[in-house]
Amino acid sequence: MYLYDAIDKDILADRTQEFREQVARRLAGEITEDQFKPIRLMNGLYLQLHAYMLRVAIPYGSMDSRQLRMLAQIGRKYDKAYGHFTTRTNLQFHWISLKDTPDILADLASVDMHAIQTSGNCIRNVTADPYAGATAEEIDDPRVWSEAIRQWSSLHPEFSFLPRKFKIAITAAPKDRTAAKVHDIGLVVRRARDGTLGFEVMVGGGLGASPYIGQTIKEFLPASRLFSYLDAILRVYNRLGRRDNRTKARIKILVSSLGAEEFGRQVEAEWEQVGPAGDLPDTELARIRGAFAAHPFETLPTQSEAFERAKAADAAFARFARNNLKPHKKPGYTIVEISLKAIGETPGDMTSDQMDVVADLGARYGSDDIRATHEQNLVLPHVKLDDAHAVYQALAAAGLATPNINLISDIIACPGLDYCALANARAIPVAQDIARRFADQDRAELIGELKIKISGCINACGHHHVGHIGILGVDKKGEEFYQLTLGGSGAEDASVGKVLGPALSADRVAGAIDALVDVYLRERQGEERFLDTYRRTGVTPFKEAVYAEAH
Amino acid sequence: MPKLIKRLADGQFVAEADPFTAVSDEAELPPGDVIISLTRFQAEGDRLLSEGRAVGVRIEPAEQVEALAYDLPRLALVAVAFPTYRDGRAYTSATLLRERLGFTGEVRAVGDVLREQAGFMVRCGIDAFEPNDGSDPDQWAHAVGRHRHVYQRAADGRVTAFQERGEG
Repeated sequence: MYLYDAIDKDILADRTQEFREQVARRLAGEITEDQFKPIRLMNGLYLQLHAYMLRVAIPYGSMDSRQLRMLAQIGRKYDKAYGHFTTRTNLQFHWISLKDTPDILADLASVDMHAIQTSGNCIRNVTADPYAGATAEEIDDPRVWSEAIRQWSSLHPEFSFLPRKFKIAITAAPKDRTAAKVHDIGLVVRRARDGTLGFEVMVGGGLGASPYIGQTIKEFLPASRLFSYLDAILRVYNRLGRRDNRTKARIKILVSSLGAEEFGRQVEAEWEQVGPAGDLPDTELARIRGAFAAHPFETLPTQSEAFERAKAADAAFARFARNNLKPHKKPGYTIVEISLKAIGETPGDMTSDQMDVVADLGARYGSDDIRATHEQNLVLPHVKLDDAHAVYQALAAAGLATPNINLISDIIACPGLDYCALANARAIPVAQDIARRFADQDRAELIGELKIKISGCINACGHHHVGHIGILGVDKKGEEFYQLTLGGSGAEDASVGKVLGPALSADRVAGAIDALVDVYLRERQGEERFLDTYRRTGVTPFKEAVYAEAH
Repeated sequence: MPKLIKRLADGQFVAEADPFTAVSDEAELPPGDVIISLTRFQAEGDRLLSEGRAVGVRIEPAEQVEALAYDLPRLALVAVAFPTYRDGRAYTSATLLRERLGFTGEVRAVGDVLREQAGFMVRCGIDAFEPNDGSDPDQWAHAVGRHRHVYQRAADGRVTAFQERGEG
C-alpha cells in the first residue's frame, strides 16, 4: 500500500497544527460556534444530537494493522471503545469532546491518517474496489488512481467550496463494488484495443432526495489525461452548479438540467483549454504505482488440503467459507470478508477490541492489508486458504464471523435518529429487527443475494434508493413510518428503486420484508436473485402480498 | 472603510491605504479611483478611463470573468466577490484571470473574506484582501505560510509536491 513520504507527513502535520490553533480560538471564546462551523466542517467534525462526531477518512478504504490499531486506541481513549464504519468507507466516532479533537487528529497523523475533507462542500474520500489488487477481474489497480486523486483533491485551492459535496468512485472490475453509477463522478478503468489504459467517465449519479444514475460523458479518457479532465469537470460544476438551493446543488441536478450531452460538451471545451498542463507527470504516477507493486505472493497449489479438511470437519466454517470467502487471483489464496452485521447489532459498528483482533489477523495472515467496504464490512484481501480456518476461528471468538455477506441480514443502515440531527426516523432498530427475523442461516442462504438498505431520512446516507429492498424512514405527525422501495441496485446494473406503496409503521416493516421474500421464493425461476425476479414479474405480486394482509 | 491587506511580490503581507472607492451601481461616482460593477464598466468604463482615473471592476460569482478579456490591460484591478465564504466561484474567476487571461494586475478578494481561506486565495492568484473578520497582515502571513508543501498546481505557480519529489 501507499506509504507517506516526508512531504505527505509535513502536509498532514501542518494541517493538524492549523486545526489545533483553530480549536484553541474556539475554546478561548475568540470565535463563536457559527464562525467555528466552517472550520470544523473542513475537518470532519460534526455537532450531532448528543456530542461531536468525528469522521475519520480511510482513503479508498485501505488501511494497515498499525492504522486500525490506532483507531481502536482512539475509540478507547476518547470515545466509548467503538467506532462506526460508514458507506463512504470512513470511520465515525460519535461521542467526542471538542477539546480532545486536536489530540485525536495528532494521534491519527502519527499513523498517516486524518479527517480532511470528510465533510464540507469539497471533494470527499474516494471509493475504490475493496478487492483491488486481489481480484482476477480487474484491468488495473484502482488504488493507484485513488491515491493520485487523494493527493490532487486534498486542500484543493479552487475546489474546496463547491456548490455541494463531491464524491468520486473508481473501479477496474466488471462487477462494481463501489456504486460508481451513483457517484458524482464514476470512473471505470477500460483498456483500448491497442492496450492503452483509460477510463469511462460517468457523471451526475447520486442519491439523496432526488436519485439519479450517472451518465457516460466520455467513453474512453486516456489515463494520462485524467487530471486535466477532472479539473475541467470540477471547474464547469463550480461555475454552473446551483447555489441558491442546497437540495439542487449537487452535480446531478446540473447534468440533468443541461443534459449529459451538453454538460459533456462544456467539459470537453474546458478540457481543451486546460490542456496537458493540468495532468500529473508519468513519473509521479509511476512513483505511486510502485507503492502498490504486486505483493510477493507464494506459489501455492490451487487446492488446500488443510482448508478442505477444516470445511469437512467444521460445518460452521463451511458456511462461512461459502458466504464470506471470495476468489483470489492467485492460486491458494482467498479474499476474506468480515461482516460487521452480526445479528441484532448495529450495522457498521465495531468495538475497539474487535478492531485489534482484525488488525492482528491482518498483520499475521493478511499481508498487513485491510479494507473497508462501502457496504460497511471489512475485507482481508490476501489470506492463504491454508490459514482461512485459523482466521475464521479468531473472528468467531470475537463475534466477527457472521456468515452473511450479500445475504438478507447484510444490511446497510445509516446511524438514523439514534445519533443524527437530520434523521426523521431510526434506522438501526429496523435493521436489527429484520436481521433477527432472518437469523436462520439456512433460510438466509436459500434466499440468496438480497440487499436491504435503510436510510433514516431523504438524504439517503443508507443508500435506500439502490437497495434491492430500500427502506426510507419518514416522519408522519411525529411518528416514525417507513416507505419501502423495490428494484434498486447500486452495482453495474444500477437502477433506482420504485416506491411499493404507502409507508408502514415500524412494527410492520420486518413482516413486510418476510412477505416480499415469500413472493420471491414462490415466483423465482432458476438462479434468479430477488432483484432478477422483481425485474421480471414487476411490482404487482409483491405489492399484493404486503398490502393484502393489511386489509 | 475596509482595511486592505496586500501580498507583496516577496510574499510579505502589509496593510495599505486603499486609494479606490467601491461604488455601487446606484451611487453617484465620486472623483478619483473607483471599483465598479461589470455592468457599469461596460456602460461607463471608456469614459472613466478617458478621464485618467484608475478603474477596477468587481466580478460577481455568476459573472464570467472572460467578459473582461479585452479590457484587462486597461484595468488597475479586478475584485472577485465572495458574497459568503461558502461561495467558491471567485476561486475559479481568480484562477482564470491569472492562468488563462494573463492578468498581472491586482486581484482583490472582497465580501465575506476570512483568514481561514487565506491559503486558498493566495494559491488562486489573489494578492489583495479586504478581510471581513478583522484579521491583520500578521495573521494572514501566518495562515498562508503554514503549509510547507502543496499537492496541486495552481495559479500561484508554487512548486508542487510531485515536482519536489521529481527533483529529489
